[in-house]
Amino acid sequence: MKLFEYMGKEIFTRHGIDIPPGRVACNSEEAAEITAELGEVVIKSQILSGGRGKAGGIKFAKSPEEARIYAGELLGRDLKGLKIEKLLVEKKIRIDREFYLSIALDGARKQPVLIASASGGMDIEDVPPDQIIKKHIDPEVGIMPHFCREVVRRLGLTGPLAKQAADIIMKVYLVFKKYDCELVEINPLVVSGEHLIAADSKINIDDVAYFRYPAGTPVVEERTALEKKAHDIGISYVELDGNIAVMANGAGMAMATLDIIQHFGGNPRNFMDAGGGADSEATAQALEILISTKPKVILVNIFGGITRCDEVARAFAKVKNSMGIQVPVVIRLSGTNEKEGIAILKEIGIDSYNNIKEAAAKAVEIAKAG
Amino acid sequence: MAIIIDENTKVLVQGITGNQGQFHTRQMLEYGTKIVGGVSPGKGGQEVHGVPVFDTVAAALEKTDIDATIFFVPARMVKDAAFENMENGIKTIVIITEHVPVHDAIDIMAYARDKGVTIVGPNTFGLISPGKCKIGIMPNRIYKPGNVGIVARSGTLSYEIANSLSIEGIGQSTVVGLGGDRVVGLSFVDVLRRFEDDPETEGVILVGEIGGNAEEVAAEYIKQMTKPVVAFLAGRSAPPGKRMGHAGAIIERGTGTYRGKVTALEAAGAIVAELPWEVPDLLRKAMESRSGTRKVI
Repeated sequence: MKLFEYMGKEIFTRHGIDIPPGRVACNSEEAAEITAELGEVVIKSQILSGGRGKAGGIKFAKSPEEARIYAGELLGRDLKGLKIEKLLVEKKIRIDREFYLSIALDGARKQPVLIASASGGMDIEDVPPDQIIKKHIDPEVGIMPHFCREVVRRLGLTGPLAKQAADIIMKVYLVFKKYDCELVEINPLVVSGEHLIAADSKINIDDVAYFRYPAGTPVVEERTALEKKAHDIGISYVELDGNIAVMANGAGMAMATLDIIQHFGGNPRNFMDAGGGADSEATAQALEILISTKPKVILVNIFGGITRCDEVARAFAKVKNSMGIQVPVVIRLSGTNEKEGIAILKEIGIDSYNNIKEAAAKAVEIAKAG
Repeated sequence: MAIIIDENTKVLVQGITGNQGQFHTRQMLEYGTKIVGGVSPGKGGQEVHGVPVFDTVAAALEKTDIDATIFFVPARMVKDAAFENMENGIKTIVIITEHVPVHDAIDIMAYARDKGVTIVGPNTFGLISPGKCKIGIMPNRIYKPGNVGIVARSGTLSYEIANSLSIEGIGQSTVVGLGGDRVVGLSFVDVLRRFEDDPETEGVILVGEIGGNAEEVAAEYIKQMTKPVVAFLAGRSAPPGKRMGHAGAIIERGTGTYRGKVTALEAAGAIVAELPWEVPDLLRKAMESRSGTRKVI
């Protein structure tokens, strides 16, 4: 789960990391009011994507009137495919230097890694490797002051700023651990006179640790309505833009099914992992979701291991009898109780295949003809 | 020979009294796995399919030796269970549970490294040495003993491939599921190295997917392998930024792409199948030409 910038900054300020003064505005009037309080401001579109500045999502306003105009332009607009619903209006701060600081997960090393650079303000991917400091964190040790002092030394900071920076690193790690984060990023971390200020925030939280989020952890729904509905019944579903709806059991199998569709020249409507061992009830609900997207054809790819083919077939019979299935369905069933499954499908007039090659080719043919 | 587990492996089932625990205990027993006990706190003294249940791992160890433990415990209890097993000297742990918080996985892997413990998973289908031992949730009847090792990130996709091999008469030495999470125990390289050293394994299949850099790291090791490797990767058509079911299966900032992985694997000498049904034939050809080369040497 990605947090909006303003949410991340709320967490920062609660943990003693300085941020610029500012507030969220949901309409141009609020933006004008905040500007009247703060003076010269920066207006930042709140979307879950980087590169907002380049895309025109960040504006500077010198007066409430200017802020009102910019806010009116930005709110409701699409930026990088995402709708701008909120703006963060902040006091424009003096920028002497910009640093990059983050703690992220390194899956391959199975450890958190601290990444820092004296070349902040741009995408870290664009910073030359020799200007990036990377230090892995032993999870059994955590971060100690000496670790921070060394990072700060290599960043070239001295005196009071060095102390502040070391302190911020400790606090970033505290936030990283406390909120089950996959990423905590400050870019840029700004030297403003004698102070270090987090001018931006990017926080990604591990979705599956929801059961222990500290009180007050913000929640951001990144899923579409349909994706959320699927998620609530334990199905992994991602919307795509083609016309062949897909159901498969297992994430790898579902991905491979999309690849096979594309191989035959078709376009999938979605990714769906209906889970290993799904019973007929869950399968019926999954099928209803697919039907609601109005595809040209539904392709089902089941390799029955723990999932039983007859259970899957029964789900199709159930949905067909209760609400009807107007869309052509192509099913590949193979594995556990395959014969029973195929017999059930035959009764309700659905032909099945025992290999995905033929099934996918057929589905693509139907999609192209329709 | 097989890798990691064989006909002598004694297995403990952590979370044996739950639905999944009971179901898969029966499946594993039917396959011939030597299950010596189960653990479910508060349920000590009961039996599940004739297997004695203990309250703690230490209690089980008072009665029997244990080589490996398989987990069916809920995600939030996995860390505690893992540390309980490691503190009691269990050397192989297979974590079937999905949705384990990644910070817990990090802590588990760090302690496992200190203690020299092999962790498979989390979010894995387990591992099987066909005809000898199964510690996992894969279907019993799709495997066949033989000389091909399979290492996979994904369950059903590996079932599909193992099944197609078995139908073609190509058996397997061991099949290992690494798990679909961002942080898992055994890596491709850990398993490839064991296959390379296993006299019984003569060819290897790697089933990977988009996201992360596990396949790229594997390619570095494949360069030095003497045994042929055929790879199949899922996610060729996946758009960037969409997480495809597995926590690790996402293309972010242009890394973890299908193309990048294929390039790395091919440069290392692996053969990449574009479609899953091409795997058996490609492997057979690779093994034949490799054994031909050996004769020349």
